[in-house]
Amino acid sequence: MPKKTTRRTNNNSTSATTASSTNPIPTARPKNIQHPQEDYKPGFHVQEKSVFKTQKGLSEDVVRQISAHKNEPTWMTDFRLKAYATFLKKRMPPWGADLSTINFDDIYYYLKPVNQQGRTWNDIPDEIKSTFDRLGIPQAERRYLAGVGAQYESEVVYHSISKHLEDKGVIFMDTDQALHKHPEIFRKYFSTIVPPADNKFAALNSAVWSGGTFLYVPAGVHVELPLQAYFRINAEKMGQFERTLIIAEEGSSVHYVEGCSAPSYSSESLHSAVVEIVVKKGARVQYTTIQNWDKKVYNLVTKRAQAFQDATMFWLDGNLGSKITMKYPSVYLMEPGARAEILSLAFASDGQHQDAGGKAIHVAPNTTSRIISRSISKRSGRSSYRGTLEVHRGATGVKSHVVCDALLLDKESRSDTYPTMKVEEASATVEHEATVRKISEEQLFYLQSRGLTEDAARGMIVNGFVEPIVKELPMEYAVEMNRLIEMEMEGSIG
Amino acid sequence: MSLLSLKNLAIKADKKQIISRLNLEIQPGEIHIIMGPNGSGKSTLCNALMGHPHYQITSGSAQFADKNLLTLKTNQRATAGLFLAFQYPREIPGVSLSNVLRTAKNIHNEAAKQPRLKRTEFAKQTKAALTTMGLEANFLSRSLNENASGGEKKRLEMVQLAILKPKLAILDEIDSGVDIDALQAIAAAIEKQRATDNTAFLIVTHYQRLLGYLKPDRVHVMVDGQIVKSGSAELAQELEKTGYQGFKPAK
Repeated sequence: MPKKTTRRTNNNSTSATTASSTNPIPTARPKNIQHPQEDYKPGFHVQEKSVFKTQKGLSEDVVRQISAHKNEPTWMTDFRLKAYATFLKKRMPPWGADLSTINFDDIYYYLKPVNQQGRTWNDIPDEIKSTFDRLGIPQAERRYLAGVGAQYESEVVYHSISKHLEDKGVIFMDTDQALHKHPEIFRKYFSTIVPPADNKFAALNSAVWSGGTFLYVPAGVHVELPLQAYFRINAEKMGQFERTLIIAEEGSSVHYVEGCSAPSYSSESLHSAVVEIVVKKGARVQYTTIQNWDKKVYNLVTKRAQAFQDATMFWLDGNLGSKITMKYPSVYLMEPGARAEILSLAFASDGQHQDAGGKAIHVAPNTTSRIISRSISKRSGRSSYRGTLEVHRGATGVKSHVVCDALLLDKESRSDTYPTMKVEEASATVEHEATVRKISEEQLFYLQSRGLTEDAARGMIVNGFVEPIVKELPMEYAVEMNRLIEMEMEGSIG
Repeated sequence: MSLLSLKNLAIKADKKQIISRLNLEIQPGEIHIIMGPNGSGKSTLCNALMGHPHYQITSGSAQFADKNLLTLKTNQRATAGLFLAFQYPREIPGVSLSNVLRTAKNIHNEAAKQPRLKRTEFAKQTKAALTTMGLEANFLSRSLNENASGGEKKRLEMVQLAILKPKLAILDEIDSGVDIDALQAIAAAIEKQRATDNTAFLIVTHYQRLLGYLKPDRVHVMVDGQIVKSGSAELAQELEKTGYQGFKPAK
C-alpha cells in the first residue's frame, strides 16, 4: 500500500500550512510601482473594428477561411479540418461546471483587428494602443519585462523581445508567425502535448486557433526577466482561441506571464486556449497566469507540460475573472528527477464558478510534485478544486504533496474538492490535505482591536490566506494580484 | 477628569448577566490590577471594553478620554487610545507582525493627525521592542502568532503595545504561560511605557508574582461580576494569604 495520508479539517483558525515568508504582503502600493491608470477598470471597451471577420458560427467553411486567410501550409489546413471533425464528435465534458448555456452558433470564431503586427507601440492603431495603455502593458514592458506580446481579438497586434535575448537565439513571437518562420521546430512539437482528441475544447482550439505565443529558449540560456503576453477580447460574442507553445531546451530557464481581460457586455464570450510546454533536461519553466476575464466569459483552457530529467515545471495559475473557468494545468513527469509545482489561486465572486486545480502524472521514478490550491468563494460564487495525481507502475520513489484550502466568505458561498488519485507504486509517498475555513469573528476582532476597520481586517486575512501563492509572484504582479483581490473584496460585507 | 470612568456598568453574554453595577475610575498613568476567581467576569470586562461583538453592555456608562466608549466601534476605540492584550492572541496566517503593526500604526497616526512613521523609524522601533521582549527579529516577518509558543504570543502582544503607545492598555492575563524572565521583561516594559507615555494599565491577573515587579496604584477584587473590594498593593498580598473566600458581592 502506498503511504497515503489524508486529512480533512474544518477549522476556523488553524492553518495546515506554515507561512513564514520573508516577503510580507505589501499593503500599500510601493512608490516605484505606480499603476499607470488610477481609473483602471478592465471592463471598458472601445468600438469594434476589424479588417476581416468570419461569419457568426462555426462550419468547415469557416475553418477553411481562417486557414486560407493565414496562408497556411496544407498540413495545417488538414490538421484544422480533422480537429473540427473531432470537435463535432466529442461530447461536452459530463463533469465540472455547467456549460449547457454555451451557444456555439452565436460566436465569432475569427476576427482580425489589423493588417500588420507592430514592432513598436506607435505602429498600432490608436484605439488598440490606448486599450493596452490603460492596461499598463507598454509601461510594464519598459520597467521590468524582457519581451511582450499583445493579442487583440484573434491576432497578436504587437510583439517585441529585447535585443540581447534575440542574439542568444531566444525566439519569442506569435504562433502564426512561428508556423511560417520556424516550421521545423513548430511541427516537431505542435499538438504533441495536447492532441486535438484530448477533449472537446482542445479539438475546438485546434480547428480555429489563432495567435498565442511561441517561445523557444535554446540550451543553457537563462531568461532573467519575465516575458509577458496579454490577451484582450474587445468585441462582443467573440471567441478567442490562442495557441501557445513553449520549448525550453536543456539547462535553460524562463518565466512567462500571461494576463487577460475583456470588456463587460451583456452577451457571453468564449476563451478556449491550448498551451503546450516542453521542459527538457535540467530546464525550468515558470508559467504564470493572472486571469481577469469579464464575468461573461467562458474560460475553458487546456494547459499541459512535459518535464524531462531533473527539469522543473512551475505553473502559477490565478483565476479571478470569467463566468466559468475550467482549467487544470498539468505536468507529465517523463524522466527521473523531474519536478512539478502547481500553485493555483481562485476567487469566485457572485455568479462565478471557478473549477480549477492541477494534474501531476508521474511516469518516471524519483519524480516529485507539489500542488497547492487556495480558493475564495463569495456570495453565490463557487470554487471547486479538481485535481488528479497519478503514479504509474514502475515510477518508484515518487513524492507528492497536495494541499487544497478553501476560504468561504459568507454562508451562501460554496466550495468543493474533487481529488482523484491513482497510485500504482507502493513506494510512493503521497500526502493530501484539504481544509475549509471561514474568517473567524475572533480573528476579525483581534485585528479591529489594533485599529483596522472590519473591511480592512477582512481584506488582510484574505491577503494572508493567498500569501503562499502570491509570494511566488514577482513584486509587480504580487501588487497587481493583491489589488485585484481587493477589488473583488469590495462590498463583501453582509 | 478620569481617563476611564465606568459607572454602574452591566454586561451580558448570551443573555446571561455576567457583570453588574461595576464602577471603576482610572487616571492617566495609573496601574490598576483586577484579581478574582475564575468565572468572576474579568475577561468579559476586558473584551467588552474593547467592543467584542459577543458581549452587550446593557446599562451604565463608560467614558474614555472624553468619549462615550459605548458609541465607538472596536477600531475607533483602538484609535482613541485603548489597547487590549489578549489572553489568547489570535493567529493570522500569512500576515506578518510587521504588516499588521505598520498598518495599525499608520491608522493611529492618521487618526491623531500625525505624520506617518517612516519605514526606517518603524523598523528601528519594532526591532527594539522585540529585543526588549527577548524575541528574535524574524518575528517581524513571520505570520502573526502562528507557530509561536504561549509565552511568545504574550510577548508579541507587548511588542504591539510598545509601538501603538495607547492611553490605556488592558492586559488580560499577560502573565499566564510565561516564564520568569519573560515576566520580568513584561513588568519592566509596563513600567517603562507608563514612564515615557503616561500610559495607564488595567491588568487582569491570577497571580501575585507579577505584582512583585510592578508598582500598582490600585488593586480590585472581582467576584461574581462585581468589584467587591479595592485597595492598595497590600490587598494583593492579603488575597495571597486568604484567597477569595471572604469576599462576597453586595446583594
